[in-house]
Amino acid sequence: MSVVATLQPSSGNLPLFVHVLGAMILVGGLVAGASALAFAKGDPRMLRLGFWSLMLVSFPGWVIMRLGAQWIYSKEGWDKVPDKFVPSWIGIGFLIADAGGLILVITLILGGIGVRRLQAGKGAGLLKAVLVLSVVLLAAYVVAVWAMAGKPG
Amino acid sequence: MRFSDWIFALHLLSAFSLIAGLVLFWVLIIAGRNIDTPGDTLRLGPVARVGTATVGAGMVGTIVFGVWLAFARDSYAIWDGWIIAAIVLWIIGATVGRKTGEEYMNAPKKALELEEAGQTGPNPELLALNRTSRGVLMHAATSMVALLIIIDMIWKPGA
Repeated sequence: MSVVATLQPSSGNLPLFVHVLGAMILVGGLVAGASALAFAKGDPRMLRLGFWSLMLVSFPGWVIMRLGAQWIYSKEGWDKVPDKFVPSWIGIGFLIADAGGLILVITLILGGIGVRRLQAGKGAGLLKAVLVLSVVLLAAYVVAVWAMAGKPG
Repeated sequence: MRFSDWIFALHLLSAFSLIAGLVLFWVLIIAGRNIDTPGDTLRLGPVARVGTATVGAGMVGTIVFGVWLAFARDSYAIWDGWIIAAIVLWIIGATVGRKTGEEYMNAPKKALELEEAGQTGPNPELLALNRTSRGVLMHAATSMVALLIIIDMIWKPGA
């Protein structure tokens, strides 16, 4: 009960708004990027559109989502609670957010190299890898949304 | 997880699908501003169809699971002010969104006409259709309505 008592009431509507909006922008950028890459059929313009959607929409979305998550975490006092008392859905959320962020950065680096190779006429192999990683990220974020909503555990 | 938690999860996933579709259309609107050939205009078609599907699934999912949730959870009632506000905003969003879609169909229609006429080069009329200010304003209005729904869902005014 003392653990529960240390938690502040859920007054974090603004941080929640920031978190949800960022996550929605992140997912929107991933859907746009993955779709453009999937339907590009080797067209350089579409491949570039796919990459820049990830770079200019998904990445800022991830940053906003992650800042919002940390803001809620501190505001609700979870950072003062021992790890063993933190609910599993929060753990799932942070794991997917952080691992997903790392994969997103790797995806963007591969995409950047892929776009440069494309401009040099060296093929679009790396951008196909970017497409696969984008779809993996989308699947992971669907799980994260489910965990945030259903709060299992 | 309780049954109502699953409904809430599906409601939230639907909201993500809806907003993802709106974001995708923003990407296409910005990309389309520099497109003046029929080939490049039509190439955006399959991506736009993904947007239409995600927005469609999101619209249906949010209202169906949202209303279901209002009945499934004791803490909510369908006549709560913030729920009625959300339903009204949903109807406004659906109406403006449908008109936005119609506005953006003019460019691919023109592109098809040009292709059938054998004109594959740059066309100023097609560029103007891809840059439609009316379309941008209507999509901005749809996005603003969606944002208001999110604010309503999070703050639940009057609850």
